[in-house]
Amino acid sequence: MKARKKVGLQSMVFSRPVAILSSAACVGPLEGAGPLQGSFDVVYPDLLIGAKSWEAAETTMIKEAVEIALGKGSLSTQSVDYLLAGDLLNQCIAANFAARDLGIPMLGLYGACSTMAESAGLGAVLIDGGFAQYTVAAASSHNATSERQYRYPTEYGGQRPPYSQHTVTAAGALLLSNGLHCQSPMPRITHFTVGKVCDLGIKDPFDMGSAMAPAAADTLLRHFADLALAADHYDLVVTGDLAYVGHAILKELLHQSNLDLGSRLNDCGLMIYDRHEQPVFAGGSGCGSSAAVLCGYLLDMLSSYTIKRLLLVGTGALLSPVTYQQGETIPCVAHAVAIEMCHDHLADEELR
Amino acid sequence: MVGSKARKKQLQRKDYQQLSAQKRLKIPVWRNTLVAFVVGGLVSVLGQGLIFFYIWLGFKEEQAASPMVATLILIASILTGLGVWDYLGQFAGAGVGVPVTGFANSIVSSAIEFKREGYILGVGGRMFQLAGPVIVYGAVTAFVVGLIHALVQWL
Repeated sequence: MKARKKVGLQSMVFSRPVAILSSAACVGPLEGAGPLQGSFDVVYPDLLIGAKSWEAAETTMIKEAVEIALGKGSLSTQSVDYLLAGDLLNQCIAANFAARDLGIPMLGLYGACSTMAESAGLGAVLIDGGFAQYTVAAASSHNATSERQYRYPTEYGGQRPPYSQHTVTAAGALLLSNGLHCQSPMPRITHFTVGKVCDLGIKDPFDMGSAMAPAAADTLLRHFADLALAADHYDLVVTGDLAYVGHAILKELLHQSNLDLGSRLNDCGLMIYDRHEQPVFAGGSGCGSSAAVLCGYLLDMLSSYTIKRLLLVGTGALLSPVTYQQGETIPCVAHAVAIEMCHDHLADEELR
Repeated sequence: MVGSKARKKQLQRKDYQQLSAQKRLKIPVWRNTLVAFVVGGLVSVLGQGLIFFYIWLGFKEEQAASPMVATLILIASILTGLGVWDYLGQFAGAGVGVPVTGFANSIVSSAIEFKREGYILGVGGRMFQLAGPVIVYGAVTAFVVGLIHALVQWL
């Protein structure tokens, strides 16, 4: 039997767009002082958040994001069918340890920095497939946990190149539901395009923007081709964490393929910081980049009708310290989630 | 057929690496070199000042170097502990990284970072994670130089 809800080569279309009932974004001090301040639910005053280790701090952050999203949707943890969450750490410890306390059936995901798009897309799949009524999609990253795992101890005084990126300290959570009872328009996930792993031979672990840009371009082009969309279909197309270098390359790659998005194309890693005023080099990176910008700023923009259609392209560099020390290049992946401010089309028809 | 496909892929990769190199923000090599030179020089001046200070305290000239090195290590370690050194390292690069101060920072930062894994496996096991290569190849170099020295004397 042909897959009914699949279009083109890599895209899924949800028969009933999945509603985003509520969202929450919890961020660290640097993110809270950036250009998007005011769009986050919690801004922590320091990186340790009263925990005894960086890892415990990240766990607290993602747990709090999930709890706040549930609180906004007036749901208890018991009523959520599945939690889909992930982070950057080995064995996804932040998300898994948060799930231990939350007690929601858990699917741990690893898509590096693309995890927010991956969890949102899969959370929507479970709902549209009829396997769940409520799912929570979440992702997090923490500057200090990533530094220590991928690079150097946090207080090490090495000089970083200007094209490197600052790992965002943030967690985001989305509460998803079929939203059948809701007549009012709300942000709904309409499509999900799963990306292929791309690798064009970038080896420098500081240059992740360059490494990830081809994956972002591949998924974007595939999404527009699968759904036969015009370049102006989305009001905003945001990538997860390409930052200055990757964003410039992506523009060039899309231009070469005749998809000119112009000012509709932006990047969460560029939006979350003021690159000229804050010490973040080329911009932000990490799951928290797309998670916090989506769950805070972007959903606010949708809810206030500033934009109507949004495409989030989560971009992940699938490297580990072992692979780059062994001289391997950096494979990358990107997943696209389309979110639109709309009604439940089918509910109208059923009523009639 | 397979060969031409692989070659096409290699070409694509080469093109892409050129594009990436072109778009990548450039490392300010001249600025970094100049700052490293000046700051590195200042660290050395500080070291010389400390030698004079220890001679004034009554150390012999050839003995004053050891307390001078210990003092520089102490300063770098305290600044690392206070969370200031990483900013200094970003600003001055090799200027503070190459002198003994950088060595101290690499050990102290590792010790702080891994203390949460305990004193044995954390601090003890991983303190020299970054300094290890310096110690290993420092010792190897010293051995080779010592060997040459001995050979030259013997001849």
